[in-house]
Amino acid sequence: MSDKSKYQVDENGMYGRFGGAFIPEMLQPNIDNLKKVYLDIINSEAFQKEYKSLLKDYVGRPSPLYLAKRLSEKYGTNVYLKREDLNHTGAHKINNTVGQILIAKHMGKERIIAETGAGQHGVATATACALMGLKCVVYMGEVDIKRQAPNVARMKMLGAEVKAAQSGSKTLKDATNEAMRDWICNPEDTFYLIGSVVGPHPYPDMVARLQAIISEEIAWQIKEKTDKEYPDYVIACVGGGSNAAGSFYHFLDDERVKLVAVEASGMGVSSGETAATIAMGDLGVIHGSKTFLMQSDDGQITEPYSISAGLDYPGIGPIHAHLHDTKRATIISATDQEALDSALELTQLEGIIPALESSHALAALGKMKFKPDDAVVITISGRGDKDMETYMNRFGF
Amino acid sequence: MNRIQKLLQEKKDIFSAYFTAGYPHLEDTMPVLEALQEAGTDLVELGMPFSDPLADGPTIQKSSEDALENGMSIKKLFEQIKDMRKTIDMPIVLMGYFNPVFKYGVEAFVAKCKEVGVDGVILPDLPFDEYNDKYQQLFEDANISNIFLITPQTPDERIKLIDANSNGFIYMVSSAAVTGAKSGLSDQQLAYFNRVNNLGLSTPRIIGFGISNKETFTTACKYASGAIVGSAFVKLLAEKGADKVSINDFVKGIKDTSEK
Ligand SMILES: Cc1ncc(COP(=O)(O)O)c(C=O)c1O
Repeated sequence: MSDKSKYQVDENGMYGRFGGAFIPEMLQPNIDNLKKVYLDIINSEAFQKEYKSLLKDYVGRPSPLYLAKRLSEKYGTNVYLKREDLNHTGAHKINNTVGQILIAKHMGKERIIAETGAGQHGVATATACALMGLKCVVYMGEVDIKRQAPNVARMKMLGAEVKAAQSGSKTLKDATNEAMRDWICNPEDTFYLIGSVVGPHPYPDMVARLQAIISEEIAWQIKEKTDKEYPDYVIACVGGGSNAAGSFYHFLDDERVKLVAVEASGMGVSSGETAATIAMGDLGVIHGSKTFLMQSDDGQITEPYSISAGLDYPGIGPIHAHLHDTKRATIISATDQEALDSALELTQLEGIIPALESSHALAALGKMKFKPDDAVVITISGRGDKDMETYMNRFGF
Repeated sequence: MNRIQKLLQEKKDIFSAYFTAGYPHLEDTMPVLEALQEAGTDLVELGMPFSDPLADGPTIQKSSEDALENGMSIKKLFEQIKDMRKTIDMPIVLMGYFNPVFKYGVEAFVAKCKEVGVDGVILPDLPFDEYNDKYQQLFEDANISNIFLITPQTPDERIKLIDANSNGFIYMVSSAAVTGAKSGLSDQQLAYFNRVNNLGLSTPRIIGFGISNKETFTTACKYASGAIVGSAFVKLLAEKGADKVSINDFVKGIKDTSEK
């Protein structure tokens, strides 16, 4: 696809009025360096060959595009599930970590750092590091370490060091701060492997390109599975926005394809307990990027809430802020309860237990009107194994 | 000429202290400023606390958290320092992260700085290009110095660009570190100071990060117009509170023996 697209990042690292690299000078050389090389590396034959082969044989791609017949019947349309839950490590996150680890290797970096909230990106990073034999340090909020014990154990088993972020609210945003501090202190040998389309330019663009495989596959799979040339809708959940960015990427300039991103509204958009950044946030700078974020009147970043640990980021990737601004995408939200209901529904209609994050995307089915002949693609970003404790508590199994 | 430019023209071995506004108690901002001045401090960086201070180490993180808990905000800070020029002659630099200032409104912020007598601003995560594009005129019209950071990794070309667009001082970060990371200045750091000093810059430098005692302060002053003590001073406030006597002892203990 053309880099001239008005929905893509421009040469200044901006998506419209969003994005950029609002970073302290200490990070500037690292960011400048990455900015200089990332496109050349990604576009190189050597990278593409290695990346594509890992995606195929290690991650298990292409992930199926599955026509969910019973779900389709229920909603009177044609629902296709993009099965990122079937990837190795159980979510889309691995597409990005396998790609960035190769970039890190090309740059000669020896030590990988990452932030993680629920632990999915941490596990995907630790996995890629184990695969490549690179040292791995994952920052995780102290509160999240307690909430996500199985993923902490997984990372440790994979050989990663899990460091507790003890500042602020001790969750994802603080883990991100801690990772950035580490990078400031280790500018030479360390690569910061960010887990979503957030952070300073070029991260949002780099991660979007590495997740773009999702829409690349949807584009040919929909032709294979239907008599249509393109899907009518592509729907994905948004935390930072990487699975959504990947699901939308190759359709950005094809305005016939309606793009829908679903935020987590927690207890409700206006409840004060929400992660619906577009609905409730306003413009500011978070982790080096100008975008919408949840903040107080004094510009302090506030802690979001969602039942789903992967969606409670107080900001949103600048690409999505721009897609919202330009009305290219529709941003809606789903509550905890709606996501839970959708998780149970998918499980019992199709025999697929989705991640809580992905269940927010599924909730769009009950919130929008579709035509009987529409092809509606919903990205199932991950599987529900990690959420079984929540499901057990909430459903009383 | 603003107070920063005047100070740097007239003095060497400038002793500068950083502390977080509204810490340890909300109303300590003015008493600490006054105690610092009385003790002979030349310049103060007054920290505007932020929820996500990603260039700061544990000491300043904690002070920011406590200050926010105390109810500190930019609005509150401007109230606290609205009459400071009745008692404070030192140049005052506000230091903080960009988001709270952006939320306050950069124009309103600069206007308020001018009104209360703030001389300079350090916003480490406001990138040079963004400043250059959108805010430089605003700052210069108000005679407020925007202070940039440089680090051992900053390329010479960029240092020169920063120099050409600075009118107060350049904050020379001593090492690849967050605040309060370590003390002591290695040969490698001294070599970096020398490298920068040989670039023929027109803007004076003040060294910060890792300056915590008489020894590091004295060494730093040999390579720059002065040095900034941050975490070590915030630690003192954490232990002793806004206590005049201990602040006086602290400043004198670092500063008085620095004459070369
Ligand atoms: C399964 C799953 N889906 C979605 C997300 C949200 O991330 P993003 O918005 O970057 O896709 C996460 C994050 O941890 C996740 O684990």
